[in-house]
Amino acid sequence: MADVNRGNRPLSPHLQVYRPQLTSITSILTRITGNALLAGALLVVWWFLAAATGSAYFDLVDGILTSWIGNVIMTLSLWALWYHFAAGLRHLYWDTGRGLDIPTAEKLGKLVIAFSLIMTLITVIIL
Amino acid sequence: MVQFTLPKNSKITTGKTWPKPEGAKNLRKFQIYRWTPDDGKNPSVDTYFVDMDTCGPMMLDALIKIKNEIDPTLSFRRSCREGICGSCAMNIGGINTLACIYGMDEVKGDVKIYPLPHLPVVRDLIPDLTHFYAQHASIMPWLETKTNRPAKEWKQSIGDRKKLDGLYECVMCACCSTSCPSYWWNGDEYLGPAALLHAYRWIIDSRDEATGERLDELEDPFKLYRCHTIMNCAKTCPKGLNPAKAIASIKHMMVDRVV
Repeated sequence: MADVNRGNRPLSPHLQVYRPQLTSITSILTRITGNALLAGALLVVWWFLAAATGSAYFDLVDGILTSWIGNVIMTLSLWALWYHFAAGLRHLYWDTGRGLDIPTAEKLGKLVIAFSLIMTLITVIIL
Repeated sequence: MVQFTLPKNSKITTGKTWPKPEGAKNLRKFQIYRWTPDDGKNPSVDTYFVDMDTCGPMMLDALIKIKNEIDPTLSFRRSCREGICGSCAMNIGGINTLACIYGMDEVKGDVKIYPLPHLPVVRDLIPDLTHFYAQHASIMPWLETKTNRPAKEWKQSIGDRKKLDGLYECVMCACCSTSCPSYWWNGDEYLGPAALLHAYRWIIDSRDEATGERLDELEDPFKLYRCHTIMNCAKTCPKGLNPAKAIASIKHMMVDRVV
């Protein structure tokens, strides 16, 4: 590689100064929700394992997961699921080579956010 | 590698506030990144006040005015002043653009100017683009042919020529590549939007006869596939081009040739 750091050159600022874009936010959210869902899924597995272990242990875990903080985490996980699902569809569409111009990409981004919020609300109401 | 914070020698300090020009009524505040290799200090952000009543309409006009009238040590690249040379690429108001074709009215409030993101700084607003240019050279940015040279020129139909529109206009200003988080974290191996747009420009050129070799060269988890369709590149391109779409087209061709 070329010599690019002669004289202890500083690195110019990046995340610190770059203005977040609709497309960059929806992109990083896809990754964040994907990883968070792994943690959410583990919590659900913990719930099942507790149910299989015995009633005393289930009561403990059930108490944690249905407490207000547990409800918040589960609702956020629900949103993460819908968001990740919608963003995944957007990626599938992009993979066909379509929807990559900025106006369409931004419209799709807004659509993904709106869809995930509405679906979360509907799911919460139904359940 | 992903590193969200700046290294120790790159942390930005508050710099000097330069005196306001006398008698000016319509002042605008400019906060500009400064670093010189001469004093061993960290980078800083200096504050300047520019008289808008006697300044041209573009960001570059303000920079030149500051250099002429306030602080001759302020360093930046510029040449054509009409968006065709790509020299004055920098980060203005949080996005990468060419200072010469970015209007003063496109930023609200104070104007913050930094060098292109995540590059080694040579001085002030001048980043080192050596690696960026080397990556461009690596995609063989020329016509590769195997058949005998034609008597006159390599001909192309109007339709085939049209495929190069939206690609040949790139001036290699590096705005796109340095706006890309993937390029920030993996720029040593990932070619970045600019080099990949150029790669595609030669891949779909009907006269080029090395399409297979070009695709082979890009078939690599890092060179091509670090693009995650974040689209900062297309959003920031001062020429209105779409590197994200060009990259998607290369990925498409990769799939097409195996299925």
